[in-house]
Amino acid sequence: MKALCWYGRKDVRVENVPDPEILAPRDAIVKITSTAICGSDLHLYDGFIPTMRRGDILGHEFMGEVVEVGKANTRLKIGDRVVVPFTISCGGCFFCQKGLFSACDNTNPNAALADKLYGYSGAGIFGYSHLYGGYAGGQAEYARVPFAQVGPLKLPENLPDEKVLFLSDIFPTGYMAAENCNIEPGDTVAIWGAGPVGQFAIRSAFLLGAGRVFSIDDVPERLRLAEEGGAIPIDDSDEDVLERLDEETGGIGPDSCMDAVGMEAHGKGLQAAYDRVKQSLRLETDRPGVLRIAIQACRKGGTVSIPGVYGGLIDKVPIGAAFAKGITLKMGQTHVQKYLRPLLERVEKGEIDPSFVISHRMSLDEAPAAYSMFRAHEDGCTKVVLKP
Amino acid sequence: MSPLPSSLRRPIQAAVLKIARPVNVSSSERWISGIAGTALAVYGISRRRFWGGAVALIGAGLAQRGATGHCDIYAALGIDRADRRSTLVEKSITVNRPAGELYRFWRNLENLSQVFEHVVAVTEIDARRSRWTAQAPAGATVAWEAEILADREGEVLAWRTLGDSDVLHRGSVRFRPAGEGRGTVVSVSLEYEPPAGKAGVAIAKLFGEEPERQIADDLRRFKQICEAGEVPTTEGQPSGRESASGRSRSGRKEPASKPFRPLQAQSGTGRPS
Repeated sequence: MKALCWYGRKDVRVENVPDPEILAPRDAIVKITSTAICGSDLHLYDGFIPTMRRGDILGHEFMGEVVEVGKANTRLKIGDRVVVPFTISCGGCFFCQKGLFSACDNTNPNAALADKLYGYSGAGIFGYSHLYGGYAGGQAEYARVPFAQVGPLKLPENLPDEKVLFLSDIFPTGYMAAENCNIEPGDTVAIWGAGPVGQFAIRSAFLLGAGRVFSIDDVPERLRLAEEGGAIPIDDSDEDVLERLDEETGGIGPDSCMDAVGMEAHGKGLQAAYDRVKQSLRLETDRPGVLRIAIQACRKGGTVSIPGVYGGLIDKVPIGAAFAKGITLKMGQTHVQKYLRPLLERVEKGEIDPSFVISHRMSLDEAPAAYSMFRAHEDGCTKVVLKP
Repeated sequence: MSPLPSSLRRPIQAAVLKIARPVNVSSSERWISGIAGTALAVYGISRRRFWGGAVALIGAGLAQRGATGHCDIYAALGIDRADRRSTLVEKSITVNRPAGELYRFWRNLENLSQVFEHVVAVTEIDARRSRWTAQAPAGATVAWEAEILADREGEVLAWRTLGDSDVLHRGSVRFRPAGEGRGTVVSVSLEYEPPAGKAGVAIAKLFGEEPERQIADDLRRFKQICEAGEVPTTEGQPSGRESASGRSRSGRKEPASKPFRPLQAQSGTGRPS
């Protein structure tokens, strides 16, 4: 089959690799009908996630048709149409049973490695480094889905791929990030990053009762899309964001602030240069420009929610400001399985049509070009869906 | 609940120290050397003549022998009188299943070949005795018989190896409720003699270079089987590894090897190589 493989920084290629096979009793093999490139794939593309190996198959947002099931998989049948959560969860451990699916104890074959790095290992994730299990991803014609009696959601026939594909990651991720904002009716929420997760976070914040949402970015078409979703756009390339938010909230600050950018924030001025130098010298793995300003902007007793991915260490984070203001920090990989059904219902009821975020539809063969275009924000690229 | 971290580190530290200057003097001999050496040194120094200096030097040598437990003369003659203390490894894990169920899985000893990485087969001979076969280096196998010493349903199982087994050890597994809705804390304790010769090689392989880690990995497998019904794996999945190196354009499967082990250089921070 054809699959998109990672070979190093800014080096991904479509290669012919063997088809996946059932390797464990609860596995399923899915013939992929739609797969997407995630913003977090760009951290792999840029070489910032440790423990990648040449030849790893990328992709963690995919859906398709079940073509084979393991002998202990009683839930799926050949022919089922499913969307696959990017987190792999066993369903039986303490964490899965609490609904903390991305904290699953049992699905990372390299858990000892993650234990060393992070204290305790989280769940395995498709196509996201060996630290997260080394599972082959879904930017391919077929994928093996481990623990498939727990994760995949069966889909009704009447919904097209483009309305349900993003249940695999970015819709639940944006939704959980908004939930993590502790929104009360009428609250003001400021969201840094108007990429796909930021876009879903804007719409989710409104679904959860937010009164006003500010969307902060410097890419005009993304700010336009945010505005279409009801947000007030702030272009941080020509405006002082802290001042604007302070003014807009009558000197109080937003109730909740969200960092939907993560470890590769571009930043501005001296501080951004400092982070770039430290990151390239490996004195700091992540550039936390957005996190700093989100903490600074947030009102007293407010919440900072972090759906943007961080991998290692950060520097000069204003923990004093967070402490002085009594801020709550919430973050983490998405517990996708917990949100699948409720969010599918919202799609079925027409409360949201997730396909709004798609800017490009391409073939799997064009994936390397798609990565480069998405990375550079060329041609108004917000979200690429690949058809194998 | 916490598994005695200091007692776990001691054998490892001791092993590291032994590489540098191995202890080869028994502990009673070390006391005698230390006391007599110190006395001689003090006496020699107090005499202050050439003869006194020589006595002081001999005394100092003896005192050092006592303090470090290493004797160069013994080493040269190939004599080793160090006390052989057994190694104790203890490790716990929490499993989200009732104690009775976990006990029954463990008590069905034949299940344990799925749990212990190097154990190939376990056969129950009778109610108390069992026969174990394990992989040894170079494709060989080692075997031993074990007998159950204590067996309390849902609580504890203890065993020891019998007679002239290659792999002498004793061990126990305890099951304790972890608290409301949290399953069971499973604690394994294994004690084995620091081995020599053929048995040494076998046991080194069985318990790994870091016995604590080997037991931790085995216990994790036990938890995965009991909670998730299977051990997670990526062995046999496709990758573009081979085509990347130019040997094949069509790609090959992952070799059936152990899961990815971190290269130390890759740990944690920085870019992948």
